[in-house]
Amino acid sequence: MTTALLAIPNLQARRINVLEAVFMAILHFLAYLPVCALVLILGKIVHSGIGVITWEFLTQAPVEGMTKGGIFPCIFGTLSITLLMILIALPIGVGAAIYMVEYAKEGVWVRVIRAAVNNLAGIPSVVFGLFGMGFFILFVGHHLDEVLRTGLLFGKPCMLWAAATLAILVLPVIIVSTEEALNAVPQSHRSASMALGATKWQTIRDVVLPQAKGGILTGAILAISRGAGETAPILFTGCAYFLPRLPIVKLFGIIPMINPMDQFMELSYHIFIMATQSTNAQKTMPIQFGTTLVLISLTFFLNLGAILLRSHYRKSLGQVTLQ
Amino acid sequence: MMAQDIGWLKPPLVDSSSTPSIYRMTRRGNLSQLLTLKTFRAGEWIVEKLLAAAGMISILFIALIFVFLFKEALQFFKTVSPMDLIGKWVYDEYDEKWVFKTMWQAISSVPKYSLLPLLCGSFLVAFPSTVISAVFGIGCGIYLSEVASDKTREVLKPTLELFAGIPSVVIGFFMLMVAATPLQDIFHTKFRMNAFVGALGVTIVAFPIIVTLVEDSLRAVPKALREASYALGATRWQTIWRTTLPAAISGVSAACILGFGRALGETMIVLMVTGNAALVTGNVFSTVRSLTANIAAEMGYVEHQSEHYYALFLVGAVLFVITFVLNIFAEIILNRMRRKLRM
Repeated sequence: MTTALLAIPNLQARRINVLEAVFMAILHFLAYLPVCALVLILGKIVHSGIGVITWEFLTQAPVEGMTKGGIFPCIFGTLSITLLMILIALPIGVGAAIYMVEYAKEGVWVRVIRAAVNNLAGIPSVVFGLFGMGFFILFVGHHLDEVLRTGLLFGKPCMLWAAATLAILVLPVIIVSTEEALNAVPQSHRSASMALGATKWQTIRDVVLPQAKGGILTGAILAISRGAGETAPILFTGCAYFLPRLPIVKLFGIIPMINPMDQFMELSYHIFIMATQSTNAQKTMPIQFGTTLVLISLTFFLNLGAILLRSHYRKSLGQVTLQ
Repeated sequence: MMAQDIGWLKPPLVDSSSTPSIYRMTRRGNLSQLLTLKTFRAGEWIVEKLLAAAGMISILFIALIFVFLFKEALQFFKTVSPMDLIGKWVYDEYDEKWVFKTMWQAISSVPKYSLLPLLCGSFLVAFPSTVISAVFGIGCGIYLSEVASDKTREVLKPTLELFAGIPSVVIGFFMLMVAATPLQDIFHTKFRMNAFVGALGVTIVAFPIIVTLVEDSLRAVPKALREASYALGATRWQTIWRTTLPAAISGVSAACILGFGRALGETMIVLMVTGNAALVTGNVFSTVRSLTANIAAEMGYVEHQSEHYYALFLVGAVLFVITFVLNIFAEIILNRMRRKLRM
C-alpha cells in the first residue's frame, strides 16, 4: 500500500524530469541552430572567397568586361559614399538627439520627433530608394538645374543624392544611440556644472558630450556599417554597373577630392549586379565570392568595433555612476 | 575639511581660462565685458536654435517621404481607375471573349496594374519566414533570458548582433549561389528560384529582430513572478511556459509583428532569389514577385511622370502604409505591456 502510494509521485516526478530535459534540449536546439547556420554561411563565403583575395584584387580596376581584375573602384565607392553619408547624417542626428534630451521639454514635439524616428526605422529600404530618386533627383535636382542653369548636373543619379538617401535611412540609428548615450550621463553632473555657473551649452559641450562620446561613436559606426551594406536605396540614386574612372575631381585643378556629382561603383551593388545581371555569372563566381568576402569583412569589423566600444563605454559609465 | 568635501564639485572639464564664464565677466562689469556677455548669450541662443533645427529636419524628412510618396501615388488615379488595382477586363483575341485578368504587366499595349500578384508574392515570402523566425527567435530569446549562463549570453548575444549586421545582399547572394540548388533537390520543386528560398533568406534577417525583442520583454518580467512559481514547486520549464511567457506575451507578439514588417520590407533577398514572375498563387514553391522587388526591378527603366512611374509610387505607398500600420500596432502593444509591468 505504502509502496504504491510512493511510486505514483515518483513516476510523475520522473516524467516531469524527462519532459524538462526534452524541453531544454529543444531550447538549446532552437538557440544554436541559427548560430550554426550563420557559421556555415560565413564559412562557405570565406572558404570560396579567400582564394581570390590578393593585393591586386583589392587595388586594381576590373578588366575584360569585369571577368578579371580587381574591385578597387567598388571599395573606393563604398568608402566614399559612407563617408559622405555620415557627414550628412551625424550632425543632424546628434543635433536632434541633443535637442530632444537636453533642451526640449517632454511634450508634443518630442513625442512627434520620437514617433517620426521610430517610423523612419520601420520603412522598407526600397521606399527610401524610391523617395531618393523621385524627390532628390527628379524634384530637387531638376529644379536646381533649372534655377542655377547648370545643364544636367544635379538632376541625375550621383553620389550626393545616394549619400543623402542613405543618410535619412541611418538617421534613426544615430538618433537612438545618441539619445541613449546622453540619457546615461547622470543628471547630477549637469546640475553640478550649472551650479558652478556654466551655461547650458557649456555644460553640454564640456560635461555631457565628453561622457557620451563613446555611445555616439558606437551609433556612428553602426550607421556606417548599415549604410555600407544597403543596396536598395542606392539602386537608382547613383550606382553604376561599370565606370572606367574613379569618382574623383581635382579641386582648383590640383587638390583631388571625391566628386559628389559623379556616379560610383559600390560593393553591395557590384555583388547584386554580378550575380543576377551579368552574362558571365558562372565564370565570375570566384570574383563574386571575393567581393562578398570583402563586404562582409568590412561590415563585420565595423560591427565588432561598435560592440566592443559599447561594452567598454558601458563599463566605464557604470564606474562613473558608482562614484 | 569643508573644502575637501565639496572638492569633487569642481568641474573637471571646464577650463575657465579659455571659456568666458559669466562669473568672471559680471564681476568686472565694464562695457566690453558686458558686450562679450551679450554675444555669449547670443551664442547660446544660436546653438539651441541650431539643435532645434536638426530635430526639425528629422521630422521634415519623414513628413516629406510621406507627402511625396502619396502625392505621386495619387496621380496614378488621374488616368487609371482604382478597380484596375484588382484586375482588368481584357479582350482575349485567341479565345474571342473578355477575360478578367489579375496581373501586373506595366510594359504592355494594355498595361495592367493589379496589385494582387504582388501582395501574394510579398505574403508568400513574409509569412513563412515570420513563422520560421518566430519559432527559432522565441526559442532563442527564452534560452538567452531564462536558461543561458551569463558567460554564454555574453558570447551568444554579440554573435547574434553580428548576424543582424550581415548585409541582405550577401544573404541573397548566398541563397542564390549556394543554397538554391540543394533546396530544389530536397523539395523537388519546379522552379529553382521560388518564394520558399526567399522566405528562408528573409528568415535570417528577421530572426535577430525577433530574438532581441523577445529577450527584452522576457527580461522585463519581474523576478518575483518567477520566484513565486518556483516556490510553488514548478520546474524551470513549467515556470517559463506557464508564468514567464504568458506575462511577456504582448512583447513576444509585438516582436513577431515587427519581424513580419521587416520581412515584408526586405528587398534584395527577394529580388535575387524568388524568380520575380508576378503570379497569383498560394503555392510557396512557386516563383513570385513581391511589392519591394517589383519597385526595385522596374524603377530602373521607368519614364519620369508616366503612368508606370506613378504606379510604382503607388506600390511604394501601399508598402509604406502596411509597414506603418504594423509598426503602430506593435508600438501600441509594447506600450500597453510597459504600463502593465510598471504596475
